Amino acid sequence: MQVTTDFKPTIVAFCCNWCSYAGADLSGTNRLQYPANVKIIRIPCSCRMNPTFLLRAFQRGADGVILCGCHPGDCHYTTGNYYARRRMTQLFSLLDFLGIERERTRVEWVSAAEGAKFAQVMNDFVATVTRLGRNRRLEDLRCRK
Amino acid sequence: MQEMIRNKALELLKTGKADRVLAWRRGAFCYDVTPALFTDPEQLQKELVFDLFCAPNLSKSLIAESKKPGKTAVFLKSCDSYSLAQLCKEHRVDREKVYAVGVECHGTCDGESLRAAGITAPLRARAEGETLVVDTLYGEKTVSKQDALLERCRCCKSSRLVDCDEILGRQGEEHDSTRFDEVRRLQAMTARERYDFWQTELSRCIRCNACRNVCPACSCEKCVFDNPASGVENKGAANSFEEQLFHIIRAFHVAGRCTDCGECSRVCPQHIPLHLLNRKLILDANDLYGDYQAGADPDSRPPMMAFSPDDPEPDVIYGRTQP
Repeated sequence: MQVTTDFKPTIVAFCCNWCSYAGADLSGTNRLQYPANVKIIRIPCSCRMNPTFLLRAFQRGADGVILCGCHPGDCHYTTGNYYARRRMTQLFSLLDFLGIERERTRVEWVSAAEGAKFAQVMNDFVATVTRLGRNRRLEDLRCRK
Repeated sequence: MQEMIRNKALELLKTGKADRVLAWRRGAFCYDVTPALFTDPEQLQKELVFDLFCAPNLSKSLIAESKKPGKTAVFLKSCDSYSLAQLCKEHRVDREKVYAVGVECHGTCDGESLRAAGITAPLRARAEGETLVVDTLYGEKTVSKQDALLERCRCCKSSRLVDCDEILGRQGEEHDSTRFDEVRRLQAMTARERYDFWQTELSRCIRCNACRNVCPACSCEKCVFDNPASGVENKGAANSFEEQLFHIIRAFHVAGRCTDCGECSRVCPQHIPLHLLNRKLILDANDLYGDYQAGADPDSRPPMMAFSPDDPEPDVIYGRTQP
């Protein structure tokens, strides 16, 4: 695993429409900086997150995938994020069992009011994945450009 | 036992309690036992077998059979009865149209597990207590039964027959099983070692889809792997992740529903220990969300269909393995 200073990881952030997507918006209007290599995909709720979305992102060349949802108890649909939490726990556990680097996946709870937290989470995640380097263990050679 | 099963099957057919009987039939070799559907009593009398090699789990076939008019009688070993109970719970099988007969099981083996125990070209096998006497092309051989059984039977979780209309032989009970030992051994490895272990195992995958086709929990009418647009429907050349992608999705799709019947590993032509992925998910769910055995109790709530506000955050799992 070679880490070069000019390595720019591709990060896919799945954001809940009702909280973290608005949180990203807020961090923008507040002119808070976070790296441009975070690609945000809006989902209607964190429990819309199908495990295959995450795998697909890695397959297509993502170096890190983060899921952002409403704080537990604050789901727009009452309980969606509780289910998402169990699913992601099991999925991350399986990935970890297969020896995939555990820092490449993350779940964070970011509300619509937490623009600053959104920027801070993304800065932190990008820094972590940059240190890890390119995603080698979960890539699909057929999808490499 | 075979006589008891034959007589019971004949009785069910003749009294009209069942229109079909789902059981096992011998193929070309003694260890080559396949599921078979009988409607003709004469054929049944000749062909129905039950012995150590009756490893196939018949529950999944009931999805198709219960859609036919009339009733299907089926013979189930304990692990198969868990699968049927789980399928009924998911409304995949109409329980009203199935007559389930539980049969006492003392473990199964197949050609591969005999070969692993050092026995080739078996012609016949019978169990005598804890030893297995096998007639082979090279004469009679004996082997410890424990060594010759399939992995899933060596660490049998339960010989209890769940949700059967009738039981032949004795009702069994749940065992204090050692089935999670191998998972724990892997958890104690470093991430790099685990990656290398799975790379070695999974890169042998030929994407025959046998594990998916045999799995009683894997019974979606439309499968994600049958979608040509997904780009993952067949094997990629010289590629490492592709097999993992398949196996991650396969294992995750049965999370909380897998009864740990071990069919995936039994049918794998490449001997990949696929049951370890399922067992890892079961072990985690047991530890984090309370003990749960799929298929054991028709009224319980599967862990992936439930939640608690006090559930741990996802990073709790990293404390359970080596980094």
